Amino acid sequence: MTDAKVQEKAQEKAQEKAPEKVPVTVLTGYLGAGKTTLLNRILSEPHGKKYAVIVNEFGEIGIDNDLVVGADEEVFEMNNGCICCTVRGDLVRILDGLMRRKGKFDAIIVETTGLADPAPVAQTFFIDENVGRRTKLDAVVTVADARWLNDRLKDAPEAKNQIAFADVILINKTDLVSPEQLEEVEARIRGINPYAKLHKTERANIPLDAVLGRNAFDLDRILDLEPAFLEGDDHHHDHDHGHDHDHGHDHDHHRQDHGHKDHGHTHTHSHGGLKHYHDEEMQSISLQSDKPLDPDKFFPWVQDLVQKEGPNILRCKGILNFKGDGQRFVFQGVHMILDGDHQRPWTKDEKRLSRLVFIGRNLPGKKIIEGFESCVA
Amino acid sequence: MTDTRSDTVSVVERTRAIDAGGAVFAAHFLGRTAVFVLGEEALTFTEPGGEPQRRAVHGGAILAATADGERIISGGDDGKLIATDGKGESSTLAADARHRWIDHIALGPDGAVAWSAGKTAFVQARELRECEAPSTVGGLAFLPKGFRLAIAHYNGATLWFPNAAEAMPEKLEWKGSHLGATVSPDGRFLVTTMQEPMLHGWRLVDRQHMRMSGYAARVTSFGWTTGGRWLATSGATQLILWPFQSKDGPMGKQPRLLAPSEHRIEAVACHPQQDIVAAGYGDGMLLLIRIEDGAEILAKKPGGAPVTALAWSADGLFLAWGTESGEAGIIDLA
Repeated sequence: MTDAKVQEKAQEKAQEKAPEKVPVTVLTGYLGAGKTTLLNRILSEPHGKKYAVIVNEFGEIGIDNDLVVGADEEVFEMNNGCICCTVRGDLVRILDGLMRRKGKFDAIIVETTGLADPAPVAQTFFIDENVGRRTKLDAVVTVADARWLNDRLKDAPEAKNQIAFADVILINKTDLVSPEQLEEVEARIRGINPYAKLHKTERANIPLDAVLGRNAFDLDRILDLEPAFLEGDDHHHDHDHGHDHDHGHDHDHHRQDHGHKDHGHTHTHSHGGLKHYHDEEMQSISLQSDKPLDPDKFFPWVQDLVQKEGPNILRCKGILNFKGDGQRFVFQGVHMILDGDHQRPWTKDEKRLSRLVFIGRNLPGKKIIEGFESCVA
Repeated sequence: MTDTRSDTVSVVERTRAIDAGGAVFAAHFLGRTAVFVLGEEALTFTEPGGEPQRRAVHGGAILAATADGERIISGGDDGKLIATDGKGESSTLAADARHRWIDHIALGPDGAVAWSAGKTAFVQARELRECEAPSTVGGLAFLPKGFRLAIAHYNGATLWFPNAAEAMPEKLEWKGSHLGATVSPDGRFLVTTMQEPMLHGWRLVDRQHMRMSGYAARVTSFGWTTGGRWLATSGATQLILWPFQSKDGPMGKQPRLLAPSEHRIEAVACHPQQDIVAAGYGDGMLLLIRIEDGAEILAKKPGGAPVTALAWSADGLFLAWGTESGEAGIIDLA
């Protein structure tokens, strides 16, 4: 979507009241982690909501549910020259067909196979106009097996992508690991994705409202780090890194040097008892400004950034405050594909901050920070 | 600035408003009876002067529907292919063994019916034959000569002779997701609509590629004008017509652009005898557009949901339209 189109779309949105979009939850995680258990719970519990479910391994669903559709997980590349820009073609077709029965379900769940890359699923919502008009990505939920995650992270890049991409992570089968092992897994996850909401579960026994109906952008906390992670933060060491740990402050982070280099080794710090890993390749960069941004500078900048760094930027999301705009602008992207919308008006007592997070590999931290700084109005 | 076409000639007052009883996704005529295909379960039959009659046909969503003048052939998420005649009586032509969605149908010569479920294309003529495509089928179209089916899928299309078991299906390749297929009435060109806002095509005699681009959005509705002279398409804020009068078709030529608006065209339907195209715009407006000079007749005023279902009766005297909000109408142009 071009920057002009994103702006145009935002203006249209502000003017007309669009029909409610059906929320879609993407459920990912490798085989055996507990996805199917979670899915079966969602389909069988008496929560009063009806879900349409799109699955790959049809036979595994134990419930005879009218609205379970088998998908082929067919991915194809866009013709935009970016090899990472892929679309789940089968999802486009299935979501289109499901919309014919739109009164019959409240939300949709898409289950991906074991080592699937979540990017094509997410991109599908931004690329296909029909899909984007009628549905919205509610959250990416990743189920991880506490015993095997560390091994998977070493041998499967998809496993790392699934963690990096997630809005919500379930560390499942906690009953099968020791407290020390659990702490280790949690720290490794945090090193990859400091922003996902993390839950520790046995047999995927999580209250369903923690994974469904997240409406990710209504929760400002989606861009906050877990408080426990921030306790006892002693950040004085001479390694450069792109992690932003001082969310308690208002200052623009470009004042510190956040250029990120490959560490080539992992190292740990104690942070209030929680181990802290830096992942070797996956990083996150968090940007914040309490001064309003100029949309005529921001959109060209971010569009250009994702064009150049597309393959490296796994995901970006943000809540933005534009000069002269009374509405919050929520924004997310996968690789080169971006999507944004006005969400709701800023309330009187809300502090108008722009917050933007990039998660990816080998991110040019300094360049990103300086670019963001230049977008201030 | 909204263009209401307020001084355009209008046939709006000749419209009989119809309550279709649900979101309308397609429309067809069986003789003079207008049939509105609802998104779920039913077809609504409206005979001239009669009340709309709702007939339940599928056990779920209706994903595809086409007609041959005598029956409506529809496919649903119930995995069934059903034929319904002018009296509203249905019979099941096929039921997918794996309950897969039947979401593409094409009608061939001598009552042959083709449909697809997932990656499999089926043709029922004297016998039932099937062909596995390399990926999920995006569209089907019979070639006008010979008994041959074009199957659109990822990265291209396959041309299949269902009756020639020994002949390998022929592959036409072009990267991307091909979602709809149509063959020019002279049999020279195969055109596919793609996930990207563009059409692709092949000149069948030498497999030469054609690219028809410039659209604002995916082309979801298209049709051939009488005699196959133009291919009318949706997907832009003007009617885009590709010329197919010469043996080179649109190659090296610009499309004709007519009837601009602020809103995108969502559906098109070509008059069976005259060079006129009905076009439904995103603001709910419906226009009849004469190709020769772009002259317009207002058929429905802007307002409400876009017209996404359109059909001309075979004699070209009636035009049926429907929207996803359940509004529908039949315009008497006799």
